Amino acid sequence: MSTRRDWPLWEVFVRARRGLSHVHAGSLHAPDAEMALRNARDLYTRRGEGVSIWVVKASDIEASTPDERDPFFDPAADKIYRHPTFYDVPEGVQHL
Amino acid sequence: MEGVYGNDFGTDQQPDPDRAAPDEAAFAALLAGEGRVEPRDDMPEAYRKTLIRQIAQHAHSEIIGMQPEGNWISRAPSLRRKAILMAKVQDEAGHGLYLYAAAETLGVDRADLVDQLHSGRQKYSSIFNYPTLTWADVGAIGWLVDGAAITNQVPLCRCSYGPYARAMVRVCKEESFHQRQGFEILYTLSHGTPEQKAMAQDAVNRYWWPSLMMFGPPDDDSPNSARSMAWGIKRFSNDDLRQRFVDMTVPQSEALGLGLPDPEIRWNDERGHYDYGEIDFTELFEVIKGNGPCNAERMAHKRRAYDEGAWVRTAAEAYAAKRARATESVA
Amino acid sequence: MDTALFEYTGGLADDALVSAQRMGWWISRAPELEEDVALANIGLDQLGQARNLLTYAGEIEGEGRSEDDLAYLRDERYFRNVKLVERPMTDFGVAMARLLTFATYQLHLYRTLATGDLGERDETLAAIAAKAVKEVAYHVDHATHWVLRLGDGTEESHTRMQSALDAEWPYLEELFGPLDPVLTGRVADRSALRDAVLSDVRRVVTEATLSVPEVPPALGGGRDGLHTEHLGYLLAEMQHLHRSHPGAKW
Repeated sequence: MSTRRDWPLWEVFVRARRGLSHVHAGSLHAPDAEMALRNARDLYTRRGEGVSIWVVKASDIEASTPDERDPFFDPAADKIYRHPTFYDVPEGVQHL
Repeated sequence: MEGVYGNDFGTDQQPDPDRAAPDEAAFAALLAGEGRVEPRDDMPEAYRKTLIRQIAQHAHSEIIGMQPEGNWISRAPSLRRKAILMAKVQDEAGHGLYLYAAAETLGVDRADLVDQLHSGRQKYSSIFNYPTLTWADVGAIGWLVDGAAITNQVPLCRCSYGPYARAMVRVCKEESFHQRQGFEILYTLSHGTPEQKAMAQDAVNRYWWPSLMMFGPPDDDSPNSARSMAWGIKRFSNDDLRQRFVDMTVPQSEALGLGLPDPEIRWNDERGHYDYGEIDFTELFEVIKGNGPCNAERMAHKRRAYDEGAWVRTAAEAYAAKRARATESVA
Repeated sequence: MDTALFEYTGGLADDALVSAQRMGWWISRAPELEEDVALANIGLDQLGQARNLLTYAGEIEGEGRSEDDLAYLRDERYFRNVKLVERPMTDFGVAMARLLTFATYQLHLYRTLATGDLGERDETLAAIAAKAVKEVAYHVDHATHWVLRLGDGTEESHTRMQSALDAEWPYLEELFGPLDPVLTGRVADRSALRDAVLSDVRRVVTEATLSVPEVPPALGGGRDGLHTEHLGYLLAEMQHLHRSHPGAKW
């Protein structure tokens, strides 16, 4: 359906400051990884929003699908013993 | 009709027949819980198409909106103003890109959306079909046009479609300086020489009514609004947002010392709002049809830039392909 | 007044200002939207450098002229920029050829001003340059990536990039004019940057499968206010509104 091809789509992840993880910021088009990184710098950090950038070709991302949502995520929901609040701690006990 | 900058598109807005999505009930439940819709969720086809059209029109508006203000970058009257204006027009390119990225999560290619803009099948906000004749127009656009856009956009930060809402959060955060710089330009002019003040008043006179039209036709004439509201794409009606804008703007005009070209503007105690005169929408529809003062120039500028850049885009692709082959043969 | 330092600083300022004016034209006209954003960033950097340098030039002069007085109220004979930056720049190949050469020159220049071996360094210029050196390093990087892609992309882009380089090349020589001896040890001697700048540029040109142009240098004169006819039009556009309202604030 496309009469013109676009440069490939890249997903951009930005680390806002040291100590934080890279977080998805958005996407952009670029001919290759080097240019994608530079375009990401100009587009997503022009107000000083970042100290580090990752770019990933969108087509290289493998994502879970909504169809798989139940088998993927529901089984984790009933394992309440993984959370600290599951356990009774006698009153007065600290640092536990 | 729905929209942002996009409210005023009167054409090509027939709703698609709702093709039942696989899990319509789940979608309704998701919306009812104020949950966000995310890209891979099942969604009714009409929801998807409405969003694509709205986000694309919003993106196109940002991109075409670079031109009227870009028109003054080379002539900005001080270096400080030149820097601000360059940064602002750059932001508009950035905002267009955030929005195209949001649209692409719905399974369309930016290239196709840009094609549709170039061929006239998708529209952009009619406000950008007016010329910027004087420096004061840069101020009026910042104060009135960006002011109207922000009024429209703030509720969209809570839009039901996650990627669009997130893009709008970013846009709104960055746009807060746009309206202020416009106000500041007009304030400086209206407190400057008589010629400067006249320039400011003239710009406000020309941009006031088109700014009110940015909110789209009156609610009675806006058949798709109800559906967009049910879908959480739109949160307030055209007239409500327009009123909000008028209420916000009238006191600001007094602070500027500039009049608004509507003798019927007065505070209505009973309603708790400013009354204003009737909007003549015939002009809006003429501009949408392509008969505005700058429709042809805006599209020609955009197409020319795209066509003249073709050799560059192709070259970059060819280089990337060469490099990929070289890497493969080494491996 | 320290005339030599005023002239020197004015040259740096006008190079940056006129470049920014040409770069501003590209915003909304780049080959792709991402590039609109990139070129705007570069133009903004150049404009920021120009403003700092003009303000300093005004201080050196000591007659109370502001950045705007200097930018808007001087005629072309008083502009001190090189011809390289004032010529039209409406082809993307030309834009990248010029950015590569000019930014590489600025990188060496600013680096020397900031941290080079100078006995009596001018501290204000050093501070302005220290900030600018990071900016122009990015400009060099951006231009390098494009020259590589256009030089080694398609047959058409190779041809266009080569003619762009050929067109810019004669104007490089003017960048490396002699230093006024009274400034020795205080500021960067631009004639001493010649080999390093040209060798950096040549490396990129060669890697891009392009040939280093062998053309005679164009006559200089920009530093003495002898410009091409293009500068008058550039300034007419830039200055017209400001001059139409004498004394007005904006």
